[in-house]
Amino acid sequence: MSTAKVIVITSGKGGVGKTTTTANLGMALASMGEKVALLDADIGLRNLDLVLGLENRIVYDIVDVVEGRCKLRQAVIKDKRLQNLGLLPAAQTRDKNAVTPEQMIKLVADLQEEGYTFILIDCPAGIEQGFKNATAGANQAIVVTNPEVSSVRDADRIVGLLEAQDIEEPMLIVNRLRPKMVKNNEMLGVDDVQEVLGNSVKLLGVVPDDETIITSTNKGEPASMIEGSKAGQAYRNIARRLRGEEVPFMNLEEDTGFFGKLKKFFVAG
Amino acid sequence: MFPSFLEKLLGKADTSAKTVAKDRLRLVLMHDRADIPGPMMEEMRKELLTVLSKYVEIDEAALEVSLDRADETVALMANIPIRRVRPEKVEADAAEAEAKA
Repeated sequence: MSTAKVIVITSGKGGVGKTTTTANLGMALASMGEKVALLDADIGLRNLDLVLGLENRIVYDIVDVVEGRCKLRQAVIKDKRLQNLGLLPAAQTRDKNAVTPEQMIKLVADLQEEGYTFILIDCPAGIEQGFKNATAGANQAIVVTNPEVSSVRDADRIVGLLEAQDIEEPMLIVNRLRPKMVKNNEMLGVDDVQEVLGNSVKLLGVVPDDETIITSTNKGEPASMIEGSKAGQAYRNIARRLRGEEVPFMNLEEDTGFFGKLKKFFVAG
Repeated sequence: MFPSFLEKLLGKADTSAKTVAKDRLRLVLMHDRADIPGPMMEEMRKELLTVLSKYVEIDEAALEVSLDRADETVALMANIPIRRVRPEKVEADAAEAEAKA
């Protein structure tokens, strides 16, 4: 029996950062020595390759593997920056039903045989068959949400659906937090999101809204590889937590304004 | 900062975007989780109205029935603004009590 962690990254709502999260955690975990397979289950809307900067290296895809046109090993793209990171790309011209739950389970088992210690599955948005296919092989789930009403509502729904798929206690990532807005009572804070969602989810990490995500996605170099990127740092922390380390949550609410500095000065003094 | 301080001083409700978001979310999740169909809520509202109207005159437009959380359970909360108690009902009850005595 293999001990690989098979984690589906999901959210319900689109555009909250599933693919970015998958790419960043994959890179961070691989840089820590894990053998990581990233599996793009968003069939028909392939994007994980682009965020990783591997779009020009695709020969075969996930559907080619399950339909027997190539071997699994031929389809997995090895990242040249990190040899122990592999990507199994989605098919772009097929639909979300091209891979059945049974085929997904088989794929995951085969990847485990190849010695991968982490298998991250990028789930499509929505709660239909694509979600069911993507979650079929997973034994854990990360729910990504933004501190905003519609994505939190969808996250709550997804938590219920994950339970129905026998994935207990999903882990929560609050993405795109703006500490200043939270401080000014203009945005939901992490504690608010947690309170509303209740005990059914466990907080895994908080990623600040960060421009380096945009520039790094543009370049195809995930932010977790960039020194000095706050979001990248947050993703590296999350990766360490996934490996079982205790990592304190980042202080995102550091007050750098004049009064904050003044306060610090007095407190320190 | 100053207006919010003033609001606190005057005991006004917290209307910050964060609080409004949290309250709205809480309510909508309560409904999502309870999974009571909309038409059923409406039917319940109407029946409540019929029963209560026997005793009191209710401001129908302002009647609010929603789900809320009370400790660990989901509760049905009704906000029922009463215009007046129906005097005819009070009289009828008094007459009935007298007849019994």
